[in-house]
Amino acid sequence: MIPPVVQARGAVKTYEQINRKIESGTAVVMTADEIMDYVDRKGLDAAAAEVDVVTTATFGPMCSSGCTLNFGHSQPKIRMTEAWINDVPAYTGLAAVDVFLGATQLRHADPANMDYPGEFRYGGGHVIEDLVAGKTLQLFALSYGTDEYPRREIRTYFTIDDLNQAIMVNPRNCYQNYNVAINDSDTTRHTYMGQLEPNRRNANYCSAGQLSPLLNDPLYETIGIGTRIWLAGAQGHIYAEGTQHAGHCERSGNDVPMEGAGTLGLTADMKEMNAAFIRGASFRGYGVSLAVGVGIPIPILNADILKRTCVRDAEIMAPVVDYSHDYPEKTGRVLAHVSYAQLRSGEIEVEGKPVRVGSLSSYHKALEIATLLADEIRRGEFRVSEPLRKLPANRSMRPLTIRPEPS
Amino acid sequence: MSETVTRKLMLFFPTCECEKPIIYHLVKDYDLVVNVFRAKVTPKEEGYLVLDVTGQDTNITLALDYLRTFNITINDSGKGLTWDETRCCHCGHCVPFCPTGALSIPDPATREVTFDSDACIECLACVRVCPYNACVSTF
Repeated sequence: MIPPVVQARGAVKTYEQINRKIESGTAVVMTADEIMDYVDRKGLDAAAAEVDVVTTATFGPMCSSGCTLNFGHSQPKIRMTEAWINDVPAYTGLAAVDVFLGATQLRHADPANMDYPGEFRYGGGHVIEDLVAGKTLQLFALSYGTDEYPRREIRTYFTIDDLNQAIMVNPRNCYQNYNVAINDSDTTRHTYMGQLEPNRRNANYCSAGQLSPLLNDPLYETIGIGTRIWLAGAQGHIYAEGTQHAGHCERSGNDVPMEGAGTLGLTADMKEMNAAFIRGASFRGYGVSLAVGVGIPIPILNADILKRTCVRDAEIMAPVVDYSHDYPEKTGRVLAHVSYAQLRSGEIEVEGKPVRVGSLSSYHKALEIATLLADEIRRGEFRVSEPLRKLPANRSMRPLTIRPEPS
Repeated sequence: MSETVTRKLMLFFPTCECEKPIIYHLVKDYDLVVNVFRAKVTPKEEGYLVLDVTGQDTNITLALDYLRTFNITINDSGKGLTWDETRCCHCGHCVPFCPTGALSIPDPATREVTFDSDACIECLACVRVCPYNACVSTF
């Protein structure tokens, strides 16, 4: 449950005041990786008066990603009803030459898990990576033909520069916190959380922890709908709450969620993106995904907001969940809670036994992003923005009920 | 006189170079003893050749210069596993799967993944788990 935000103490800054400092090149900006030591040295109130922005970031696979593309019109014109980019199907139930390409879409005729575990070498996420990298891709599309769109087939080659629009849409990104996956069974499991060895021989986690955007703003005080963000190098924004956003959850004493909780819907222009932060991902036995780099600045409006950005890995707890039975069967069982400091040490303890740990989220890349974003703000190139609307505070996650009959 | 040495080479051929009698020239022109371990030379396809060459150090250097005049990729690291630093996203998923610690995160502050080629035993566990195709078997 999210507690009501109490009146801020000490000095208060406004978004406008912070932006004026950014424009004049005098803003004091630090990353969420370095702010805690600074506050420990300076004291909270003095640091809150001095620091204007704390940058947060994350880099990891997030399946709920995709893009809308507009191809422009050929001569004669076509109203595409089926389309493939590098043999990966794109959704055409939009206007004539608009398509939507999803990150997890498999390439045509991919054998998937028929030869288990499938390799899933190329799919939607890789098409998105190739687009941003400026590579040449093949478009093949069919149509039934209409009076005004008579062409019934097209095959051509294009790069992102040929497109009118290439807009990334991530219906869900920046999961506030996430499960640590483990395997309780006696056979290897291949999951979107990576390879899980039998009998709890390893565990995988996926969060930037103390650098992650929503762990530094756990009560959604500055990150909201309309917030300007850094998405793979482009300036984009949060267009909606992310899918499965559920801020109503178990939280520890510092208000930090102990499970998935909040998510963000993100968008930005792919033509402005940096290919180093967009990567197609293949998970054996699971499928294709897309890893995306996101940076979000937190304006230090008051000391309470600064205090929350000082959260450390040791104070953020993640649930350890069995992905052989409990996750697929939705039992809700949590084996243990472990901190991100324990996870990053490379070994956790689950029910008295040591377990080796790997990560799917790249702290190294997240640190690079937080530093790049801090530099852009210092140079006056990236301003902070006040949300147009708050994220829903006390939303819970609904299950999918199987009803035998219409109710 | 330079020393007699043995070097392990892995040569990767694009289509066009499969037709050339490279081994013949290594033997005749550079006086090398050649021991081929593994080869795939199929017309109109990519090919590879894994071999030991034994001979005078200077002759091996000249032979490598000769090989470089072709459109061939020469791997003399002796490893069949390559880690592509530009593909690696430094997530660290591979680290617990690497039995010798060749892939590791030495600095907990930057959490950058590094690869120690000498420690690699080519078990290929990383190839199976890397989501970004950064670890690749050369065969």
